[in-house]
Amino acid sequence: MARSSAPLIAPRDGIVDEVKAAIGGAFLDAKDAAGEVSITVTRDSIVDVCRTLRDRFEYQQLMEIAGVDYPQRPERFEVVYHLLSLTRNHRIRVRVLTNDEKPVPSVTGLWPVAGWLEREVFDLFGVLFDGNDDLRRILTDYGFRGYPLRKDFPLSGYVEMRYSEEQKRVVYEPVRLAQDFRAFDFLSPWEGAEYILPGDEKVEGQAPGAPTPAAAGETKK
Amino acid sequence: MTIASPSQDLEEQVARSGATESDIANYTINFGPQHPAAHGVLRLVLELDGEIIERVDPHVGLLHRGTEKMCEYKTYLQALPYMDRLDYVSPMSMEHSYVLAIEKLLDLEVPLRAQYLRVFFAELTRIKNHLLNIGSHVMDVGAMTPNLWLFELREDIMNFYERASGARMHAAYFRPGGVHQDVPLKLLTDIADWMDKRLPELFDDAMSLVIDNRIFKQRNVDIGTVSKEDAIAWGFSGPMIRAAGIPWDIRKSQPYDVYDRMEFDIPVGTKGDCYDRMMVRVEEVRQSARIMKQCLQQMPEGPIASLDRKVVPPKRGEMKQSMEALIHHFKLYTEGFHVPAGEVYVATESPKGEFGIYLVSDGSNKPYRVKIRPTGFSHLQAMDFMTKGHMLADATAILGAMDIVFGEVDR
Repeated sequence: MARSSAPLIAPRDGIVDEVKAAIGGAFLDAKDAAGEVSITVTRDSIVDVCRTLRDRFEYQQLMEIAGVDYPQRPERFEVVYHLLSLTRNHRIRVRVLTNDEKPVPSVTGLWPVAGWLEREVFDLFGVLFDGNDDLRRILTDYGFRGYPLRKDFPLSGYVEMRYSEEQKRVVYEPVRLAQDFRAFDFLSPWEGAEYILPGDEKVEGQAPGAPTPAAAGETKK
Repeated sequence: MTIASPSQDLEEQVARSGATESDIANYTINFGPQHPAAHGVLRLVLELDGEIIERVDPHVGLLHRGTEKMCEYKTYLQALPYMDRLDYVSPMSMEHSYVLAIEKLLDLEVPLRAQYLRVFFAELTRIKNHLLNIGSHVMDVGAMTPNLWLFELREDIMNFYERASGARMHAAYFRPGGVHQDVPLKLLTDIADWMDKRLPELFDDAMSLVIDNRIFKQRNVDIGTVSKEDAIAWGFSGPMIRAAGIPWDIRKSQPYDVYDRMEFDIPVGTKGDCYDRMMVRVEEVRQSARIMKQCLQQMPEGPIASLDRKVVPPKRGEMKQSMEALIHHFKLYTEGFHVPAGEVYVATESPKGEFGIYLVSDGSNKPYRVKIRPTGFSHLQAMDFMTKGHMLADATAILGAMDIVFGEVDR
């Protein structure tokens, strides 16, 4: 029994096994943590999986498509679909992996709401969706370049905008920060800091010190 | 001197341009981004056939501030005030999803009084939100007075906000583990008096001008009708899905905090038009007041935040006496607390619908990813199919009944 007062969702027993049996080879992985079920499926099968979940398992609504970026992985992006069942009162999460080249099949044919949700993931992460015929940028500025929610995109961005009194229009210029962006390191050394702690650099390549004095028994008499 | 009659002039112009009637039948107009009925910075590109709308292309993102990106660079506590700035009409409801998501990952128990206080203020926020939406919707379709009366009530709520949290709008009152500070008894009794006298008086007065008004009905009944199937397929939630006739309310079906102890009804529409959406909100104001009264009756005394010192900072008075408390305070406001690795999606019933937070933690003191599920984003996307075939003037009624706030849609 969870102690937090977050929304109570009754568990749907055996849902993972049922879905696994229904979608067969498309199934990759499943996780049931913190009372939330999430399954990982192959990228090309996402439309079929979603159709099965919608029509056979009563997950009628697509509430959200979220992108997550893990730059160190070969397929760096996770595209996470959050489905809601109004009749069974349950939520499920479906995940596919992709990178910035391989397109994810669009689910706009199943839910029209996916149109903008996919546009948003495209806009912020650069994930392509195959079959979405309106894949324009949506949240960022007209003419914006780059994908701002990728982990390698700086928080400050690349350009800043101001109204130019001389040119009588809005102009874009490279970002100039009056003070460097400060990233503080809060991790304590014993919690897995991955850099060399101050002072530790002396351990490697240490200059040889004075020779150890010979023990009393070793001296030649 | 001869003066050409206007019609002659027009015919000549058309003849000179070589356009036939079919060429000039459709035209495109730009609605917003600065338009009083656009509820913020919405830009609608409308394709019109005469006065009939053929296609709507909403351009959003003019208020995009990169909240999700900024949250990744802040500790969990520092990222909380950004939530207020999402839907700035109902700030505390935005905080609610966020703190519940953190608490779910931490598996943190929240004291009962804090849960009651949160539900109490979440419902006050719902009233606050609906008052603005009802008022502005009514004004969009032509009535001025009710909006001014409702703003008076909203002003009262802002004062209650200030007395509870110190800020009129951006409260930052809900914190992971509870609420920021306890409320004085006088505030609770004042709100109770307000709910007994002022709210029903002013609200019913304002509504009596509107809900049976012939003009108001002509502008709203059978406008923007959405069927149950469409409401599901377009990801509707909140009053939008309830007006379509689906009794879905996260407070009932997936209760959080102390909503499972509350007794309230879910108003449901019958036709799914703009009038139903408006009336659902009117009834929700009354139900929210009912929940708040129950909170006042049941609210126990006790701590207002978890006593887990690794998450919730100690009281200031304690810090003057205890070195341990001072250390905890310092650590929590510099490093913050660490949240175990994992992912949760927590959705609450915000006044506008399902407001969700998809939180991915990597075990550090900053969220790895905060995905905000805005309510208005899905609703606004349906604007195209809801408006198709309606008159240009209906677009404002449909938009008003949708309850869109751009802080949340654009993030």
